[in-house]
Amino acid sequence: MEKSGTTIQDVSFDEVKHLVSQRALDGETILLNMGPQHPSTHGVLRLLLELDGETVVSCIPDIGFLHTGIEKNMEAKTYQKAEVMSDRIDYMNTVGNNLAYCMAIEKLCELDVPLRAQAIRVILVELQRIASHLVWLGTHALDLAAMSVFLYCFREREMILDILEMCGGQRMMTTYIRPGGLWRDTPVEFEAAVRQFIEVFPARIQEYEDLLTKNPLFIERTRNIGYLSAQDALAWGITGPTLRAAGIPYDLRKAQPYSGYEQYEFTVPTHTDSDTYARYLLRMEEMRQSLRIVQQALDTLPYGPVRSNNRKYVPPPRSELSTSMEAVIHHFKLWTEGFTPPKGSVYSAVESPRGELGVYLESDGGPKPYRVHWRTPSFTNLQILPLLSKGVFVADLVAIIGTIDIVLGDVDR
Amino acid sequence: MEDSYQTILASLKSRFQFEVQEFRGDISLVIVPEQVVDVCRALRDEFGFEMLVEETAVDYWPQETPRFHVVYGFRSLQKNLLLMLRLPLNGNAPSLPTIESVYPNANWFERELWDMFGIRFDGHSDLRRILMPHDWEGHPLRKDFPLGYEEVQFSFNFKEIDERKPYAKS
Repeated sequence: MEKSGTTIQDVSFDEVKHLVSQRALDGETILLNMGPQHPSTHGVLRLLLELDGETVVSCIPDIGFLHTGIEKNMEAKTYQKAEVMSDRIDYMNTVGNNLAYCMAIEKLCELDVPLRAQAIRVILVELQRIASHLVWLGTHALDLAAMSVFLYCFREREMILDILEMCGGQRMMTTYIRPGGLWRDTPVEFEAAVRQFIEVFPARIQEYEDLLTKNPLFIERTRNIGYLSAQDALAWGITGPTLRAAGIPYDLRKAQPYSGYEQYEFTVPTHTDSDTYARYLLRMEEMRQSLRIVQQALDTLPYGPVRSNNRKYVPPPRSELSTSMEAVIHHFKLWTEGFTPPKGSVYSAVESPRGELGVYLESDGGPKPYRVHWRTPSFTNLQILPLLSKGVFVADLVAIIGTIDIVLGDVDR
Repeated sequence: MEDSYQTILASLKSRFQFEVQEFRGDISLVIVPEQVVDVCRALRDEFGFEMLVEETAVDYWPQETPRFHVVYGFRSLQKNLLLMLRLPLNGNAPSLPTIESVYPNANWFERELWDMFGIRFDGHSDLRRILMPHDWEGHPLRKDFPLGYEEVQFSFNFKEIDERKPYAKS
């Protein structure tokens, strides 16, 4: 149908000729554009589908529609100001992005984080994980035409966003986690709100399970769809629930514990089926385990400072400014020039709801990061889409995109 | 340095030339471009580094030799280790062999490096732009590529900026 020389939305056919099968060149199969604006692509993802009727012969992802040059922009800002940009990379896991960035800075500067700050970080990151999985569940079910689940999930997510707003002032882009600890201590209502959530949530997860887990329509749409072998998963660098559903029990929270995760008791669910249904069960169980971690962290929450005392990186509290000259000088230096980490490069990774979120941070001794690279899980995980989608129907392709759980901000940065 | 790293490095040292850098607990090996595929194959097959987690580059412009450092990160899930490789590259025509044959997910990583830095990968199956539009000119993450912003139109420069606006007729 499409002959060489014609263009499909600005990418010429010649450029992707080597990726489609011979049948497309002969005109037997059609090339369909599942364009950047599509309700089921979970964002601005463009897929060039070579279709034989309803079956996908090959699928070529075209990304970059949400590329905002975050890495280059961060090079032009001081470390504190650049942190604001980190929220917006994976907008479903904003607190986790902040944590990844701050952990990289703390590793580079050898900055200590007080225990109370670590525990609160864990609580918020796990709540964020639950929120992210709720969005995943809602949108995934919506794509598979289970429309009522969507609003139920977002109802619970509202409770979490209220907690985040209580702490950081913002529902999503909080920038609450700062290098050295947190921006400020949690308000008095925090504990009651989190306890209320812990009390309410298990019944809600049960509600979603009642709607989906034994639903024959859901099982029909998700069983044996999107099978990924463990070997392929390792070769393609897949991390997160997709890897664990293939049977490999790798979770950075257990393997390389950070921020005090080693003190909490939780299991990392794995599955062996490695299809869409297995990933669904896995993420439901992950939500339960995250709730368990939140409960333990809240029960053992220590008193103490929430930010490091290292005044070279952390501003002094405003009350000190009226009495201490050093505090004024530190405040001035931090606000005008910003802090200057030592020269060197680090790679620091956390477990985001989608996989391994890593930050490669290189400093040249100046106040601005010399190079920040975000190793985002969705970018790596999306690579297997052509592999998983060979020979499936378009409807199943929608299920596969949902099950890999991509966030386009993560993919494109 | 941990013992597990020691044994790996000792074994690699007998076959390849590299310099070891240790910083904040991360181990980096500085290698040369010709070795990269062999080192990666050795890491994957003999030492159990099953996964390529990171492939990125740093631009040191205006320094020309080396101008880029390509950084690779490998994880061994069974042994729970992380190893980084650093590859200095000169600026004039930076190119190095692709490790796509060893780690398939290097495909998109290397496409991103080509797009953002202009580093060519010999042997890559599909080297074209990934994040920028397909007909973009230039390589954005290079230090000599401007950040690109709009100049704010105040009253003192109102006229100059107005003349450059799309609605200006002249």
